[in-house]
Amino acid sequence: MTDFTNFGVREIRDGVAAGDFSAREVAESFNTAVEAASELNAFIVTTPEKALEAADAVDAARAKGEVLGSMAGVPIGMKDLFATDGVQTTAASHILEGFIPRYESTVSAKLWEAGCGMLGKLNLDQFAMGSSNETSYFGNVASPWRKEGTNAAMSPGGSSGGSSAAVAARIAPAATGTDTGGSIRQPAAFTGICGIKPTYGRCSRWGVVAFASSLDQAGPMARSVEDCAIMLGAMAGFDPKDSTSLDAPVPDWFGGLDADMRGKRVGIPKEYRMEGTDQAILDSWDKGAEWLRDAGAEIVEVSLPHTKYALPAYYIVAPAEASSNLARYDGVRYGLRDLPEGAGLQDMYAATRAAGFGDEVKRRVMLGTYVLSAGFYDAYYTQAMKVRTLVQRDFDAAFEQCDVILAPTTPTPSFPLNSLNDDPLTMYLNDVFAVPASLAGLPAMSVPATVTEDGLPLGLQIVGRAMDEQGVLNAGLAIEQRAGFTAKPEKWW
Amino acid sequence: MSKYTIQGATGEWEVVIGLEVHAQVTSNAKLFSGASTQFGAEPNSQVSLVDAAMPGMLPVPNRECVRQAVRTGMAIEAEIHKWSRFDRKNYFYADLPQGYQISQLYHPIVGEGALTILADEKAGIPEDKVIGIERIHIEQDAGKLMHDQHPTMSYVDLNRTGVALMEIVSRPDMTSPAEAGAYVRKLRSILRYVGSCDGNMEEGSMRADVNVSVRKVGSTELGTRTETKNVNSVRFVMQVIEFEANRQVDVLESGGTVDQETRLFDPGTGTTRTMRSKEDAHDYRYFPDPDLLPLELDDAFLEECRASLPELPDAKRQRYENELGLTPYNARELTAEVETFARFETLLTETAKALGKPEADVATPVANWALSVAPGVMKSLGDEGDASNATAARQAAILKMQDAGEISGGQAKEIFEIVLKDGREPDEIADTEGLKQVSDTGAIEAAIDEILANNQDKVEQYMGGKDKLFGFFVGQTMKAMQGKANPAVVNQILKDKLG
Repeated sequence: MTDFTNFGVREIRDGVAAGDFSAREVAESFNTAVEAASELNAFIVTTPEKALEAADAVDAARAKGEVLGSMAGVPIGMKDLFATDGVQTTAASHILEGFIPRYESTVSAKLWEAGCGMLGKLNLDQFAMGSSNETSYFGNVASPWRKEGTNAAMSPGGSSGGSSAAVAARIAPAATGTDTGGSIRQPAAFTGICGIKPTYGRCSRWGVVAFASSLDQAGPMARSVEDCAIMLGAMAGFDPKDSTSLDAPVPDWFGGLDADMRGKRVGIPKEYRMEGTDQAILDSWDKGAEWLRDAGAEIVEVSLPHTKYALPAYYIVAPAEASSNLARYDGVRYGLRDLPEGAGLQDMYAATRAAGFGDEVKRRVMLGTYVLSAGFYDAYYTQAMKVRTLVQRDFDAAFEQCDVILAPTTPTPSFPLNSLNDDPLTMYLNDVFAVPASLAGLPAMSVPATVTEDGLPLGLQIVGRAMDEQGVLNAGLAIEQRAGFTAKPEKWW
Repeated sequence: MSKYTIQGATGEWEVVIGLEVHAQVTSNAKLFSGASTQFGAEPNSQVSLVDAAMPGMLPVPNRECVRQAVRTGMAIEAEIHKWSRFDRKNYFYADLPQGYQISQLYHPIVGEGALTILADEKAGIPEDKVIGIERIHIEQDAGKLMHDQHPTMSYVDLNRTGVALMEIVSRPDMTSPAEAGAYVRKLRSILRYVGSCDGNMEEGSMRADVNVSVRKVGSTELGTRTETKNVNSVRFVMQVIEFEANRQVDVLESGGTVDQETRLFDPGTGTTRTMRSKEDAHDYRYFPDPDLLPLELDDAFLEECRASLPELPDAKRQRYENELGLTPYNARELTAEVETFARFETLLTETAKALGKPEADVATPVANWALSVAPGVMKSLGDEGDASNATAARQAAILKMQDAGEISGGQAKEIFEIVLKDGREPDEIADTEGLKQVSDTGAIEAAIDEILANNQDKVEQYMGGKDKLFGFFVGQTMKAMQGKANPAVVNQILKDKLG
């Protein structure tokens, strides 16, 4: 049997469409790889039968000469934040363990419609809260990458850590992610893959377990810019079931890919040169600018003066929304119920939520509850919303002078699991470069740039104007072509 | 009647009342989900994934609910906010699946408006009074807990969860139970005219939170208020105020202070009791709902809302007086309820058509018929009558015969009675049952001649100035004619003969 696991989205769908191989062969290949990679703990549940079923349907459709979907024959991993009909959906939380929805999220439904099959539900930080994939009730995800010469398990990033690990380890050609404050980009950077968070509203949030509604946005994670373009095309689109969904046509991003940057200006935000950023990161940033100049772009310095307030504002807005969004997990209708002997309703709430939520979730629920309480609301929430507006204005002004912004994705490369557990503030700093684009609802992508001296991947981030995913993808492609990133993790699992 | 006050040991107290009325919006679907809103369905049969707050579910505003709130706002001549926003009110309860209610705290859809309650001397409202309405906002209703289904467990019915409510918040402009009662009735009437709420208080479609405080007469400072929740009839609203005002006066006069608290009304005893005190008050942590965009209304939408408004109670009442020439009493009675004016207007149109006269010419007899004659007959018949037999066409036929002098008022009632019982046609009844009055001057003249001849003495007395005897002659004539003579004809002939 041929090993298809090094194939990406485009190779698979083109090969299937051309009859070079069957979708079933591909699915079997990945199913086997998934099964063999349990040490990564990337999946919470695996669904090999779903992958085969979808593959067989594609093969049958092809045999009948039917028009195939844009991702026909591509098996993917589904972050376990997307509700999947008949398949356990947990958000990596004990409180939803055993919960099997009878509905399908809009995004996953669109992917099945495009011909994808599901390899399984991917592990993540609990309720997408975390930057290291260490807050899952179902255990840490281990990055397939290791520091050269060590055996220490590294973080695949978070919250889409199962997704990043699976794609980097070649046990899935692509996976869905969600990004609230960097949860696609940071894990993509940590694992040497691509990931794009589109403009807020591009992908429907219907059926995606909510973390922070005004920030949550789904996007693809794959190993190439073009794979991301194909997959984003399959995921995006107006959904009347989501009031915040963008009622705009979905462009042909894949067809529009063009690495020629002539006539484009790339902004380098000076405020992103922060103290504490690794020299290797700063070097890769300079290299990125050079690559884009080489592609024909003009490099300009821009200013995003409110950058330093973005992270604190994010850590008010996101927990505030989360504290309310997570109120529904109360033990009354579904999921975990802890009803101590003789307990009343309030006791049941307390016991259920104490047992059901992990520490990081509790921390953010408490944080959010606090910032919304009487007497603190104006000092925290109102101020944070003002900052959010200022951050948006920063970007508006910057985009008067440039077409895309280039920045590092993260201030450091991946770190060993369990190394930052006692230090949530340092952990939160992981998203310092990612959060501003989230607050502004802008499309942003991470592409692999290089590896550090000890062999860990680094990513570069491109932020674009609202609705200009094409500009972001094109700049990403220009970097990808020049970075020549071919490093891959050595198989140890 | 003078101002409503409470005489205490230390002086006279007056009452300040504000009402928050929750009115269920008439719409087929809930505020943010497609589930049905029909009352009385099997528990949990009208619950969508959104209502049950399943993971990943999102609210989508129902345009019809928004439209109804806007139309209601227009009906109270309120400012309509073209930009409003939904907020989350966070609290945990088993009837609230999301753990928050979607409401509008900061930017309600409807701003300042007012309605007028009418003078009612008997009820202690000496003159018309304008009651301010601070705002109307839209919000979700909660579900229902059932505690009587199991010895140790409570059950939850989510059918009502997410149904759209309008919260209509008055200014503290009312000063007596009667004014509050009149306010609720007037508001209910307006809502039913507009069609934005069925006003059915028994089914909970309309309920009021009653805010009451007291202060010494002459004082301009507001006292501490209590809020009594979920009062579901006009009578109960008045009882709550009566009880609360007296209770607060007692508390204050005995040296205590009124606690700002939420209270519950017990209809059995007519009293209120503490539900939760201010210390236990929830911190609702209101914030803008991030699942929803601000609600922005364009001019075309507002224009459509305005164009769809019917004639409202005050305008209708004035038109009845000014254009139809009805008495203020009749105009008021006929316009108080939708059903009443609807029946009246149908009958008026039908009668005017039957008589070939302008509506204004027949409005008064039709109003009298609709308000007093017809209901009187129906009431006396009770179960024997079938109201569905009383079509507008049949009633118009009766009024037409009466107008033509073919039947008397008494005969009209008799005919209507038969109509109600048997569903027969009035013309046929009048003919076959001999319920027609005689206008044949020859027959009446003959009868009168005979009576005058037999009562020469009385004729002389009448001539001598005893005018009252005229009635005697009329009575005798009617008796001789077995009550069927047209009284107008009888009077005329008698007058002629008695010179």
